[in-house]
Amino acid sequence: METFWTDPRIAEDFRHKVGLAEMLKGGVIMDVTNVEQAKIAQEAGAVAVMALERIPSDIRKAGGISRMSQPAMIRAIQDAVSIPVMAKVRIGHFAEAQILQALGVDFIDESEVLTPADNANHIYKHDFKVPFVCGCRNLGEALRRIGEGAAMIRTKGEAGSGDVVEAVTHMREVNDGIRRLQLMRTDELMAEAKRLGAPYHILVATKELGKLPVPNFAAGGIATPADAALMRQLGAETVFVGSGIFASDDPGPRARAIVQASTHFDDPQTLLQVSMELGEPMRGRAVNEMDESEKMAGRGW
Amino acid sequence: MAKPANDLPVGLLTLQGDYAKHEAAFRALGCATAGVRRPADLDRVRCLVIPGGESTTLSRLIDSAGLREPLCAFALQRPVMGTCAGLIMLAGELAGEVPDAHGVRTLGLLDCTVRRNAYGRQVDSFTAPIRFDSFVTGDDPFPAVFIRAPRIERVGPDVEVVATHGGAPVAVRQGRLLGLSFHPELTDDLRLHQAFLDLV
Repeated sequence: METFWTDPRIAEDFRHKVGLAEMLKGGVIMDVTNVEQAKIAQEAGAVAVMALERIPSDIRKAGGISRMSQPAMIRAIQDAVSIPVMAKVRIGHFAEAQILQALGVDFIDESEVLTPADNANHIYKHDFKVPFVCGCRNLGEALRRIGEGAAMIRTKGEAGSGDVVEAVTHMREVNDGIRRLQLMRTDELMAEAKRLGAPYHILVATKELGKLPVPNFAAGGIATPADAALMRQLGAETVFVGSGIFASDDPGPRARAIVQASTHFDDPQTLLQVSMELGEPMRGRAVNEMDESEKMAGRGW
Repeated sequence: MAKPANDLPVGLLTLQGDYAKHEAAFRALGCATAGVRRPADLDRVRCLVIPGGESTTLSRLIDSAGLREPLCAFALQRPVMGTCAGLIMLAGELAGEVPDAHGVRTLGLLDCTVRRNAYGRQVDSFTAPIRFDSFVTGDDPFPAVFIRAPRIERVGPDVEVVATHGGAPVAVRQGRLLGLSFHPELTDDLRLHQAFLDLV
């Protein structure tokens, strides 16, 4: 998998970066805004936490510029839990990423949930030792981010909505793009790379593997155990849950239930059992009723 | 058990972690694999791998699936390999932690003490060539990938240290149990997976 990087330093770093992403498979990564929430997430069985000052649904409400979180707040969470700690930077803001790397976070999310810092460019992620995850809506976007060095891809969905429809759309788009590749003749792949705006050699690797060459997780709108199971059955190898847990009435039980649902995603009896014990999920907002300007998924390209 | 044990597939604990990487390694060696998520699944495998992943998560999922006692019983009969978080789950005790501080309850099968995340955070991850004397075939060092890895700080009298790095054991064996601080499943080198099969 790392063989498409010709520089041996980049190839070795990439193996370590993707290696951590592999360890996070089959789990749930939870957004947390303070130490208490981080402990609830770890106690529930989260494989990692995403430390940020406001969950996406509150970012929507607050408006204004949304930036990297305060390092002191992230440090407090690093000190409180033993699971990996992730944090977000604005799209293209490599100086925020340098700060988070110096802080020793385990993964950086170059995220459309924050206000973009660059209208044209994403971060060149091979410059960093710390691995990056990036969002995508389709195969071309996923392959561009991998080309820049992303070690994990997540479908964007629509963060903070509580509505799973965009996560489903984006996952199906990626899967559809990969199936198309597999049906193509070799002499059609360069034209497809041009059409998608995707790096050719990574597109070829994706065709050969029949899947993205890095782990593919799902994010944006997952609010219930059933949502998590749906995304896992559609091919997500792990799920991110942002607002869905701590904007609900019952964060602890809901976090535990979603962890069970991600592991036992194809076992309806277990899904039934863990869904029984829950209260009200986050209220949310239907994506189809949002203005285009309200949507976060269109940030980045 | 109806079938002779050696006809059964290699079991992979598929609760959480990089079990797909182990599956690929065993497939490359021509071995069928089967996932284990329920106690009854253990009757259908000849050995078991506890993969890398997050030990706090694995510990909880083992309990919620009712697998703690069945795994311990299985390990008395059949070989079990743990890599990284899998080693943590096999270990006798954890160093530097108040028991249950982070809620990790090990299985207590392999008589050793490990310290979680002792090789550092993600940015400290590394690959090192490791010498195995006779345990694996060939003279080439094994490319061992360490990611937020646990350090083995003590081994009991019945535990054989199979390989070391920087003065610390990184591969240990106690009868049919094999514990590794690193991730053989993240490389193309299949010699450790083969060595585990040879224990079966």
